[in-house]
Amino acid sequence: MTEVVFYIFAAAAVLSATLCILQKSPMASALWLVSTMFSLAAIYVLLNAQFIAAIQVLVYAGAIMVLFLFVIMLLNLGHAESDLRGPSSVAATLVIVGLLSIELLALTHYSPRRLASELSQWPTYTDPATAFVAGQITQQEGAAHGVVMAVAAPLFQVYLIPFEITSILLLAAIVGAVVLAKRNV
Amino acid sequence: MLLGPSLALSAILFSLGVAGVLLRRNAIVLFMCIELMLNAVNLTFVALAQLHGASGYVMVFFVMTVAAAEAAVGLAIIIGIFRHKQSVDLGNINLLRG
Repeated sequence: MTEVVFYIFAAAAVLSATLCILQKSPMASALWLVSTMFSLAAIYVLLNAQFIAAIQVLVYAGAIMVLFLFVIMLLNLGHAESDLRGPSSVAATLVIVGLLSIELLALTHYSPRRLASELSQWPTYTDPATAFVAGQITQQEGAAHGVVMAVAAPLFQVYLIPFEITSILLLAAIVGAVVLAKRNV
Repeated sequence: MLLGPSLALSAILFSLGVAGVLLRRNAIVLFMCIELMLNAVNLTFVALAQLHGASGYVMVFFVMTVAAAEAAVGLAIIIGIFRHKQSVDLGNINLLRG
């Protein structure tokens, strides 16, 4: 059952992403990208990452895409002419993207069992349950204390310094955006 | 678990994002394709976090923060370019071309 739902949302995500890069109007592209992000949020739920799914909808589909839509409407780009590159660029793109997807799709062969045997010292069969204890602990923590705590505990303990640096990054981005968008600097 | 299918979906979405960056000349659509690639990477993190623990979720958190900062600054730059050129077509922006 989970697999069927996964494949439905995966097909929706790929279809929306394809339409996003092929739509003439930037507004239609943005809305198809929102559709892709919603499908990805559903897939996050299937992968037991409910908190990340909620953040995906709130931050990505909510905040970032609204920013994009504001800029599209502000610059009045709703009905642009086609901006696809020429035939030689299209051919080069097909070659590059084909090679890239062949390389990346090789990752599909990874199963938890194969990852475990490659990570272990002996190249023999290793049980994923013993090789990946951290994942099990996270699952149990999520079941016992809720999914938010499973994310928050490492964020505020192990990754506290990167988290604080993130706030400096956001401050720099706010100042930079205001300075760049101001009419007379 | 769905590890293999998730990685495959992530690969396809990333390739579509690269295709969009290479095919389009509209700067805003280009930024959206970059967001699509960041989303594909997030999916990889979430899929592998099932095995490696919650560090993957923390990385997704950081990627989203960087994406938000990048979108804010990038769109401000696009607005600045639009004021000068009255266009967001990257074919018209060739000041650095010799």
